[in-house]
Amino acid sequence: MFSPRKAEQVALFVLWAAAALTILSLVSILGYIFIHGQQKINWEFLTAEPAEMGASGGIFSPIVSTLIFTLVTLALAVPAGLAAAVFLAEYLKKGRIAAVLRFMIEALAGIPSIIFGLFGFAFFVIILKPLTGGWSLASGALTGACMILPTIIRTAEEALRAVPDSYREGSYALGASKWQTVAKITVPAALPGILTGIILGIGRVVGETAALLLTLGGSLFIPARLTDPASTMSMHLYKVAMEVGAMDVCFGTATVLIFTVLLINLAAGKVMKALRQKTIA
Amino acid sequence: MVARKQREMVYEAIIFSCALAAAAIIILIAAFVFVEGTPVFVKYGLERVLFGTHWYPTGKVYGLWPMLTGSVYVTAGALVFGVPLAVLTAVFLVEVAPRRVADSVIRPAIDLLAGIPSVVYGLFGMTAVVPVIRTLSHSIPGCAEDPVLSTGYGILAASIILAVMILPTIINVAADALRSIPPEYKAGSLALGATHWQTICRVLLPAARPGILAGIVLGMGRAIGETMAVIMVAGNVPVVARSIFSAVRTLTGNIAIEMAYSSGEHTQALFASGMVLFVFIMVINTAALMFIKKGAR
Repeated sequence: MFSPRKAEQVALFVLWAAAALTILSLVSILGYIFIHGQQKINWEFLTAEPAEMGASGGIFSPIVSTLIFTLVTLALAVPAGLAAAVFLAEYLKKGRIAAVLRFMIEALAGIPSIIFGLFGFAFFVIILKPLTGGWSLASGALTGACMILPTIIRTAEEALRAVPDSYREGSYALGASKWQTVAKITVPAALPGILTGIILGIGRVVGETAALLLTLGGSLFIPARLTDPASTMSMHLYKVAMEVGAMDVCFGTATVLIFTVLLINLAAGKVMKALRQKTIA
Repeated sequence: MVARKQREMVYEAIIFSCALAAAAIIILIAAFVFVEGTPVFVKYGLERVLFGTHWYPTGKVYGLWPMLTGSVYVTAGALVFGVPLAVLTAVFLVEVAPRRVADSVIRPAIDLLAGIPSVVYGLFGMTAVVPVIRTLSHSIPGCAEDPVLSTGYGILAASIILAVMILPTIINVAADALRSIPPEYKAGSLALGATHWQTICRVLLPAARPGILAGIVLGMGRAIGETMAVIMVAGNVPVVARSIFSAVRTLTGNIAIEMAYSSGEHTQALFASGMVLFVFIMVINTAALMFIKKGAR
């Protein structure tokens, strides 16, 4: 049909076109959101409280609540995740138990967020109500922590494994115990990799909505206690879009969300770069 | 010395329990979803819940068939649009793209696509994609007069948005698979006089097939599990779809929409939706794992 040379040219064109279409879909989404959102973005929008259920006013409390929610989630997920990663990478490297634990943690990464929401609702909101206060910051953050644990554990474990054995041997040779070696040598050496996992986790927490719809409560006030309900920017966007219909507020919120994600990606890139330079040196 | 040794053991016990707790979450999730969801299946019969075509919670009718098919339709649609684009982009990224273009344009773009929150995709879908589809449906005879087919919200809109959302997953996994092919394969093919495109079609893509399939299956998992973007564009009518313009409700959407005001048996029926979704995801992830293992061999 085609001569091989002609086919080569057509194929090359198709491949360039496919890549261009992928980029175009990103650019059109970002462009569309920015064009509609930019007139809304000003100091007042960022610092004023929402009014009329979010139909007017700003998004100050969703921004602050997102920040608080992210911090609480990280406070729960990072220590637990790092500890689990240290155990898998330094103590229980091989064997059937390690394989089973790893498989189960890996399986968690593929669970859709709405299922995490169902679980969080049944466990944290209903059963643990005396502790969490029902729909609350605590219930939402516990659910969010479960969601980002696999990411944090996987990246931290990889980073710990990449630390050369000579570091550990040097530490043992100086008489340090296993725990001292882990705490003072291995974990600090793996810190950039661990940080990358944490940043990826932040990205997921900021964008999460479905699980929080069932656990966080969706109040427009800034939570003062762990047992208070809250609402993040993503949740606020959803509620305003579906229940209130004030699209200008949605576009403004979406613009802020995209900038947050951009910043997070930029930070992750910087840390990765530092990591690569360190490995080369 | 003894004190230090004991302290080390305590630390070790603590981090062991963290690892155990992290692994136990998946069991807890399965347990909660199944315990809450099973009673509805038991009371009304597996067949009537799974294949029942009516969802009418106030009348205690819990047929999940509209949502089950809805999830399958939007996921299939997402794959139809997304897979060709993603695989071609992955080939471009690994085989054709100049290094600078790959590193400074395509990879950051893919990372950003993966990082955009699903509500933002949903917002774009409902304000930019849905109106276009609405106009399109008005020009098709049979659709324009039908209230379910002419809103713009539905399978087509959800498929398009999901297709974009699963691009990063498929591109990344497929590109990894293409990159891990031994360079001799390509060199051998080119040395035999094959063109670059012939090499891609006859050597590289077949060699990377398990990895590419794993990417597609993972993308499928992402599409079927997506909630927010889908409820913002799918129309959410719990009726079995008749056309690609039909408004549909997915299993995920069913849970997210009704959870807030459900109680008692209705809540359990929503957990039953979650159970069906959970089984879907487990099958999909196992398939992906099998492809990945096959690729590694």
